[in-house]
Amino acid sequence: MLESLAHTLGMPDFLLRALLGGVGVALLAGPLGCFVVWRRMAYFGETLTHSAFLGVGLGLLLHIDPIIGVAAMGAAIAVILARRHPAEGLAEDTLLGLLAHSSLALGLVLLAFMEDVRVDLFAYLFGDILALSTMELVWIGLADVLGLLLLAGMWQGLLAMTVHESLAAVEGRRVMALRLGFMLVLAVFVALAMKLVGILLTVSMLIIPAAAARRLARTPLQMAAGAVLVGMLATGLGLAASMQWDTPAGPSMVVAAALLFLLLTVFPRRG
Amino acid sequence: MRECGYFITKLGWGAGVDASFLLRADAVSVRRGSKSLLNTVSLSLRAGQIVTLVGPNGAGKTTLVQVLLGLIAADAGRVERREGLVIGYVPQRFAVPPSLPMDVDGFLRLAGKSRVAERRAVLLRLDVPDLQDAALRTLSGGELQRVLLARALLRSPQLLVLDEPAQGLDVHGQQELYRLIAQLRDESGCGVLMVSHDLHLVMAATDQVVCLEQHVCCVGTPEAISQHPEYLRLFGTDLRGFAVYQHHHDHVHDLHGNVVIAPASTSGSNIPLCDGKGGCNHA
Repeated sequence: MLESLAHTLGMPDFLLRALLGGVGVALLAGPLGCFVVWRRMAYFGETLTHSAFLGVGLGLLLHIDPIIGVAAMGAAIAVILARRHPAEGLAEDTLLGLLAHSSLALGLVLLAFMEDVRVDLFAYLFGDILALSTMELVWIGLADVLGLLLLAGMWQGLLAMTVHESLAAVEGRRVMALRLGFMLVLAVFVALAMKLVGILLTVSMLIIPAAAARRLARTPLQMAAGAVLVGMLATGLGLAASMQWDTPAGPSMVVAAALLFLLLTVFPRRG
Repeated sequence: MRECGYFITKLGWGAGVDASFLLRADAVSVRRGSKSLLNTVSLSLRAGQIVTLVGPNGAGKTTLVQVLLGLIAADAGRVERREGLVIGYVPQRFAVPPSLPMDVDGFLRLAGKSRVAERRAVLLRLDVPDLQDAALRTLSGGELQRVLLARALLRSPQLLVLDEPAQGLDVHGQQELYRLIAQLRDESGCGVLMVSHDLHLVMAATDQVVCLEQHVCCVGTPEAISQHPEYLRLFGTDLRGFAVYQHHHDHVHDLHGNVVIAPASTSGSNIPLCDGKGGCNHA
């Protein structure tokens, strides 16, 4: 089905899969990235991506799909952090750094022990969007539907606790559950986006489109929609550049997003 | 209220005996490590009553409010609330993240389900009808306090909890706000718990002042409290260097800085709790 569509459009089918995958990821990255920006959780996102190597290692060890391993690893980190009491003596960024780097190092050690598997580290670090399989596209589509439904359900609650957490709690919002739910959606997103742009660039797909959309938005919803558009546009431009000049696809998408951000800074801020 | 009640024992004593009962703290203690933040504090609130909590910095005022709201658990003692108590809360520190675009109407929608007409009506009631479409980040201190109050009122609260609502307001702004709060109490019959950082000026309409310094130092009407030896011990010495400049204006400024004729009524306005000269002489 994809092949015939690609044929009609006159593009190689790997390119169509890459485009669909990028658009699918941008769809979830828009609203998710806005909350990452509003709630200052960029470093939490980095921690999730750093733990991905451990997830890959555990996935290979247990003979399950590395994507599942990465998502499970991220979920574990989300649970650890969401349950943490704020007054336990360590600053948030210290704890995140501790988790990020120890899990990264542990993952690399674990992979080195497995002599019978050769892991393409470079593909994990920078992604390989042009090698997306149809199965992975299905995963992305499923994650989109589920993730967007969850976000829509939590939207008002997450916004309320972003503005003022105690106030939201007094008004009856289940703050702990919302925080954990958001982190879990983020963990699943990271596992999927990693395949496209790699461990090192995944967080950029969250924060650059959201930051670019900030200027033109007057409401939270406008900013989320704007971030989706910027993300999709960056995917198209990045892939086109990659085809034209033979640049690496994932990094080209991130560069395109950064250029869009710069372009949008000429507009005055609206709200 | 769904979740915040889970720290709180729901025992029947008190409720049902008194229909106006809202909330009671009974010998509540909170400690952090070896430091005691609250020491056997008891307090109760009834519908239609205005209670003002005063105390020096670090006296545990905000901690007590958080315990009463169910945001933190008491290490000892218990808090009892009326079944299904709806609380409107105006928090002490409030800053919108600069990355978050939001207008006043969007902010008010966060309080729960409400119609646009209700939100317009509550802003009108608080004398800020023009703010509905204003960006939250452009509001002045006084405007923001009213918008926060509007969000609390949208829930039709039985109890208003205001943590230092007058912060950042000048004396006239405070006066305006206190008058408004007193009117709201008269209209809806809700209870009001207010934290005041200003030791000298509390709301005239206050029924009871609770003076806190980890423990409850003294409780009484504003007039009685200002003469209480415990109050004088706690705040008296600090006041020697201060004097209140007492004079009368023939006009006042409203929230927007416009001149309005001074109202004759003093209900809700500030009265000096202790002017630093007459009432506070002590050994």
